[in-house]
Amino acid sequence: MTFEDRKGRGRYSSRSDRLFTGLTLVMVVAILFLAGLMVLQLLVASIPAMQALGWHFLVGMDWDPVHEHFGALPFIYGTLASSLLALILAAPLGIGVAIFLAELAPPWFRAPVSFMVELLAAIPSVVYGVWGLFVMAPWLRNMVQPWLSEHLGFLPFFQGPGFGVGILAAGLILAIMVVPTITAVSRDVLMAVPNHQREAMLALGATKWETTWKAVIPYGRSGIVGAIILALGRALGETMAATMVIGNSLDISISLFAPANTMASIIANSYAEATYGLHAAALIEIALILFVITLILNIVARLLVRRVAIGPVRMEA
Amino acid sequence: MSRFRRRKLVNYVMLGLAGVCTAIVLVPLVSLLALVISRGLAGLNLEFFTQLPKPVGEPGGGMANAIVGTLTMVTMACILGLPVGILAGTYLSEFGRGPLAGTVRFMSDVLTGVPSIVVGIFVNVVVVIRTGHFSAYAGALALAIIMIPLVTRTTEEMLRMVPNSLREASLALGATRARTVGSIVYRSASAGLITGSLLAVARVAGETAPLLFTALNNRFWHHTLSEPIASLPVYIYRYAISPYKDWQQQAWTAALVLVLMVLTTSVAARIAVSLRK
Repeated sequence: MTFEDRKGRGRYSSRSDRLFTGLTLVMVVAILFLAGLMVLQLLVASIPAMQALGWHFLVGMDWDPVHEHFGALPFIYGTLASSLLALILAAPLGIGVAIFLAELAPPWFRAPVSFMVELLAAIPSVVYGVWGLFVMAPWLRNMVQPWLSEHLGFLPFFQGPGFGVGILAAGLILAIMVVPTITAVSRDVLMAVPNHQREAMLALGATKWETTWKAVIPYGRSGIVGAIILALGRALGETMAATMVIGNSLDISISLFAPANTMASIIANSYAEATYGLHAAALIEIALILFVITLILNIVARLLVRRVAIGPVRMEA
Repeated sequence: MSRFRRRKLVNYVMLGLAGVCTAIVLVPLVSLLALVISRGLAGLNLEFFTQLPKPVGEPGGGMANAIVGTLTMVTMACILGLPVGILAGTYLSEFGRGPLAGTVRFMSDVLTGVPSIVVGIFVNVVVVIRTGHFSAYAGALALAIIMIPLVTRTTEEMLRMVPNSLREASLALGATRARTVGSIVYRSASAGLITGSLLAVARVAGETAPLLFTALNNRFWHHTLSEPIASLPVYIYRYAISPYKDWQQQAWTAALVLVLMVLTTSVAARIAVSLRK
């Protein structure tokens, strides 16, 4: 083999290397570009609404496209109410399942239950919507809401007629949909807690529960909080299931029985009929707000989950 | 003694509660699957796969156009999204060092949490408004945007599981880095890459929100890819919220078909990954 040959060959290889590395680099930059473009385009498209409506958009309670009044507060409220309700229901359940899977269940039982919980996450949200509309909402209307208004009707949350669909239904369906997120992430976090944490506690004579509650969960606390925030992000942005069971009303009501709208559902319901510029711009601004909120929540959640993955968390005394 | 008994009691009660939580969580899953199967089967027949939707009041009809539409858009989304995701994942696992890789890794994690309706609005603003019409392209693009971060992250994880000794052996034999990645790393991680791609496909096949304002819907067959196109998820949504009994029945049947498609894909993906282990 001559020197010339080797030189030629060497150059050829480095060129193909550079080509391939360059190609992968382009794709990576494309992802960043895409993220940037998304923010920029939504921002530009919602400028007309920002100029015309200003801060009134965030605090106004009147949404009336016919008279060009746009206040998004009912939808912000609907989103927060349904998502918080979902978390109140889903967080204890999801963490309970995670404890069951990580600490208690024998391996032969853990695998199929984990599998079924992951199946819950794989089912499309529109199918949850169909089930929520035809199965869960009638059950709420006929069984749950009469019971609630009879026994807890003195609370403002459980007053008024129960239609089945409404904030309660949306919160419940969102809870069912975010449980797999909370469970999967918390289970991984709990499994990542080193065994010497458990052994030390058990050696001191603690019961299994005391070990879990006082040695395992505090160690993975930030990861579990991250899982809940991740679930919150998912609940805030979930569109189809919430749209189908929330009842679509433009008013704010303190009662959980009342129909409402979330930010995602008002977009899904009325963007197609947004006949003039300001109406469309207002809906795009809602999308932008939703985007920014979920972005922030995701960043916070990822940082918290990563802290557990990276190494031991310093324990408070 | 009484304190021991109390601690023991608390132990059993709390551990029992964890088990109860698991049972409660599985109830809706069982109910959902049972009802989708039983009510879906009631309307399932050959016509569903071969006929176009019928107008209200006319019995029969199917969703052939929606099934083909979903398959078409998912295929297009794969063509657009898989190369980007797999190559970006390759960069993160094989070449990426320093702040750029860290940023992109973080951004793709964050992008997986962006609500799909926001992606739909984005594509609507960028493509539909500019071109002036709803199209299969726009729908596929929205699905691809949802796929890319998912595929990027799973690709990176799968490639990282390939032992370094394989790369070193290949490089020591004089292969270039591109060659090493192409014929050694990809080949060793192929099952994982297929799993990641299948999971992403399963995820986007059921997406409705990004299609509402991009692909819209179509009662008939699409003739070109630059016109509105029907899809199963959008049909399920439209038919479920309609007041007509036979349309609602069709929605259940379509839900059964969609769930079967999505679950087979995602179960296949999990089997692929468990075979490898």
